[in-house]
Amino acid sequence: MKHRNLFWLQLAFTLLVCAFLIVPVVLSVLAGVTENFFIGLRSGLTLRWIGEVWSLYAETIYLSLLIAVACLAVTLVIGVPAAYVLARKEGRIARVIEEIIVLPVAVPGLAIALALIIVYGGFRDFRTSWAFILVGHVLYTLPFMVRSVLAVLSIINFRELEEGAASLGATFWQRFFTVVLPNAKPGILAGSLMVLTLSVGEFNLTWMLHTPMTKTLPVGLADSYASMRLEIASAYTLVFFIMIVPLLVAMQWLSRDRRARTVAQEQPLPTSRTFSQ
Amino acid sequence: MTTIETASTAITLHQCAKTFVNGTRALEPVNLKVTAGETVVLLGPSGCGKTTLLRLIAGLDEPDQGGRVLFNDEPVTNLPIEKRNVGMVFQSYALFPNMTVRDNVAYGLAVRKISVANIGVRVDEMLEMMHIQDLADRRIDQLSGGQRQRVALARAIAVRPRVLLLDEPLTALDALLRDRLRVEIDELLRHLGITAIYVTHDQAEAMALGDRIVVMSKGQIAQIGTPQEIYFQPANDFVADFIGTVNRVPVAALSSRINGVKNEVMFRPQDVDIVTDGEAHLSGCVAAAFFLGDRTRFVLDVAGSGQVIVESLCRASQVVGSQVSLRIRPEGLISLAQAEHRS
Repeated sequence: MKHRNLFWLQLAFTLLVCAFLIVPVVLSVLAGVTENFFIGLRSGLTLRWIGEVWSLYAETIYLSLLIAVACLAVTLVIGVPAAYVLARKEGRIARVIEEIIVLPVAVPGLAIALALIIVYGGFRDFRTSWAFILVGHVLYTLPFMVRSVLAVLSIINFRELEEGAASLGATFWQRFFTVVLPNAKPGILAGSLMVLTLSVGEFNLTWMLHTPMTKTLPVGLADSYASMRLEIASAYTLVFFIMIVPLLVAMQWLSRDRRARTVAQEQPLPTSRTFSQ
Repeated sequence: MTTIETASTAITLHQCAKTFVNGTRALEPVNLKVTAGETVVLLGPSGCGKTTLLRLIAGLDEPDQGGRVLFNDEPVTNLPIEKRNVGMVFQSYALFPNMTVRDNVAYGLAVRKISVANIGVRVDEMLEMMHIQDLADRRIDQLSGGQRQRVALARAIAVRPRVLLLDEPLTALDALLRDRLRVEIDELLRHLGITAIYVTHDQAEAMALGDRIVVMSKGQIAQIGTPQEIYFQPANDFVADFIGTVNRVPVAALSSRINGVKNEVMFRPQDVDIVTDGEAHLSGCVAAAFFLGDRTRFVLDVAGSGQVIVESLCRASQVVGSQVSLRIRPEGLISLAQAEHRS
């Protein structure tokens, strides 16, 4: 009897926590499609506010997507080779560099933004272009790409795969593109989704780095909360959800898939490392 | 089986040593000549330098200053592995998980820019030779250990390498499969007539596969010889003790003299006869008996010596505690080529 009571108590608590987290989200989404939030749902549902958001803030949505894709391109080009080199190198220097790359995660976004402005703020054209925001986003998202690729590389024993490819006559670049990259793909994919998600949602850095001409979605969102009708701000939030939720779902799905695959791969050879020297 | 022609290559190692970046000396300067078409097994306990030696031959590592590696008469010391045209089978196979079996086997041909049609023909040939045609379109993670082994072999020989290098290829397999694949690898090597270097820590594997065995210990070559030489004429204590079981009995413990033996006799467990008459060389009390099916292994307590291990093919079963007399066969006496002083 005591056990059963405990179960219901736990369930109630869990549901309460869930409600605490989800109710504001649902209310916010509903507010975005309600004719008049102060009257409530009685006033009827409408897509009018979303249309309004589009005409007011379409620019910010495009810019956010542009920056996210550009940020992904840069982190791929820099981050994947960096992870590969770090995975190859043993020794203290490589580990120190690994830590330094991760540093921007720990430093507040505002501080990074301030540093960027102090150093590069004088270059007028650069300061006012979206590339300035891009630099901030790359700094902030790079560690996630590097970490994600590194994690996969450390699982797949890529050094032996590379030696195998070399023994068959493959040059460095052939090995890198036909063996290393395809086998690091789960990590690259996971890292890519992470970078896109973080870049689209980034506010701290961007708020400091933006100019009136370079507003991203989260910056516009803050702006709309401050100066627009509640319904428009809520509709705007809804648009943001529509962009970000598929990325989050894809990320979850990918990590589950990867976990399943690693287990399957490691099972058939439980003794393979036992006698290695 | 299909025939594939391979030009045999002799391998010469001259004063090849290897010191790692952290200062560990993995290999003392080693000289080794492998004749064309020969199968040489590098045998030794883990950490003896056998894998290091193999990696020098493969081109995965370079020897220290002064070391030279020659394929036939061509110096390859500083040539990286991708330019040496060697076939290599790794302990954990190093098969590419992103490719099918067929693509794995085709890989070495594809990077050589061979035409697609020719690759197809050659890959089919290899798959047939290793009896894995049915697995051609499987992914690597859908294969068993033995199947992976075959794919690894097919992939390594598909490029018609000058030499085939095998790094503990059977270690990851269970005992039964190991025996079967050992026979298959032996047939394959004979059939190809390719120069092969085979690294293992398993003496049974070494005995079965090697034309010659290189026994290694602590980064040095302890002995090079045919399996028979290694077994019956070990050069030193390490080889004698590492290969099979060897008994050492001080002369004082013998009940009758053996000509030519100064301080102790050495013999293999199977080189004795159990005798009942008075011509015994030594006698002892049975401490334990293990019936192994084809033979029985006895552990004897011999006065004035350590325990002596003896194997007998006859059905007579000596019970534990009984007294047994033995005669050592004269041809079974081992004398070390390089006599070392034992303390």
